[in-house]
Amino acid sequence: MTEEKHHHHNTPLSEIEERVKRLEALLIEKNLVDVRTLDQLVDTYENRVGPKNGARVVARAWAEPAYRDRLLDDATAAIKEMGYAGRQGEHMVCVANTPEVHNMVVCTLCSCYPWPVLGLPPTWYKASSYRARAVAEPRSVLNEFGVQLPDQTEVRVWDSTAEIRYLVLPMQPAGSEELSQDALAELVTRDSMIGVALPAYTAVARL
Amino acid sequence: MNGAHDLGGKHGFGEIDRSQDANFAAEWEEKVFALTLASGMLGRWNLDQSRSAREQMDPGHYLQSSYYEHWLFGLEQLLVEKNLVTAEELKTGVAQTDASLSAPDPEAADPEKMQQILDVGGPTLLEVKREPEFRIGDQVVVQADQPLSHTRAPGYVKGKIGIVVSHHGAHIFADEHASSGDKTGEHLYGVKFEADALWGKQASAGSTHAGSVHLDKLPSDNNFTVSKDVVYVDLFEPYLLSMANYRKLLGA
Repeated sequence: MTEEKHHHHNTPLSEIEERVKRLEALLIEKNLVDVRTLDQLVDTYENRVGPKNGARVVARAWAEPAYRDRLLDDATAAIKEMGYAGRQGEHMVCVANTPEVHNMVVCTLCSCYPWPVLGLPPTWYKASSYRARAVAEPRSVLNEFGVQLPDQTEVRVWDSTAEIRYLVLPMQPAGSEELSQDALAELVTRDSMIGVALPAYTAVARL
Repeated sequence: MNGAHDLGGKHGFGEIDRSQDANFAAEWEEKVFALTLASGMLGRWNLDQSRSAREQMDPGHYLQSSYYEHWLFGLEQLLVEKNLVTAEELKTGVAQTDASLSAPDPEAADPEKMQQILDVGGPTLLEVKREPEFRIGDQVVVQADQPLSHTRAPGYVKGKIGIVVSHHGAHIFADEHASSGDKTGEHLYGVKFEADALWGKQASAGSTHAGSVHLDKLPSDNNFTVSKDVVYVDLFEPYLLSMANYRKLLGA
């Protein structure tokens, strides 16, 4: 083989990589998929649609009480106001964290996730451990993510078993009240909108 | 079906591997994602049929393989089932002329059509004439049914009592949509379950670590503490029984 003659030591494609390569070639040859569409799909969800969208929604809800009310009343419409809609976000519900209530989201049956606001789910969200444990032992799952809640806080776990998709509205960190919406959005992590992290803010001392 | 995918509450999976933080763990996963969405845009199957196809995987293999291998398995199943490719073609990766393939002139979605499909998504809300059987605040029991076909009632709530906390309107019934492709509307409810009702004493054992049960850390009967935690599950009306009907079923 040419490769060997040139002493290239490429790692051989694993069985699954070969299988996917064959499938891709076949579907392109049969005109079942368009190469440009494949590229654009990956670009869309790797570079354009992601948790920055959700962070803007949360930042606005923190800054504008009227928007927060609309978001909690009809999340699909309020999120659409910000320009985010479509596949896997057709029917949105937003659940707000308070000192008394902490929300977290899982899909035990597959890995349903609100794509327009959070993009595609991280690998751990799709793995067996999170799917199995989030509903049964949410507090130990939260501990693994470094979140310890007071015993008196009620933990609400939302299992996305139908086509309703959930966005957690985290509590605004103390001291961040004067920040612009852009600066607030920087504080909002993906994990805080799944409900496995809390946004943090440390005011920078002015010199 | 209640196969390996029905993971809620199962023990033994260990700590969450938080280092696996990316959308895709390997380049082939990215390809499987794009191929699955693009092929779905041919319109030969719906999302519930995709989920159902992934659940057909051998349960041992399902648990040991990554999420996108489930997708790959499901995609191959559907492509063969819908006569878009043959099993032989999957093996070789080379298109053959095969008279048994019935797909009439399949046409790949171009980027413009793809964008339209993503923008619209697949809303599942449907108008139905039937009034919802349940009201907010009603106690309901999840039916014990174990259909062999696709269903969205997770095993861990079956036979459990919950409270209806929201009515999401009527949505395409996933079970029917997966088996026949028909869009029939069923009322969909948010149902709240107390953690204690689902998990008993273990519900308040917040220190239970990494899915392994430490018996010495479980509260004893004497100092049983009630967990404040709750689980919300979205359930279609056919999955649910009123308390009155549940009592009839029990012959009480």
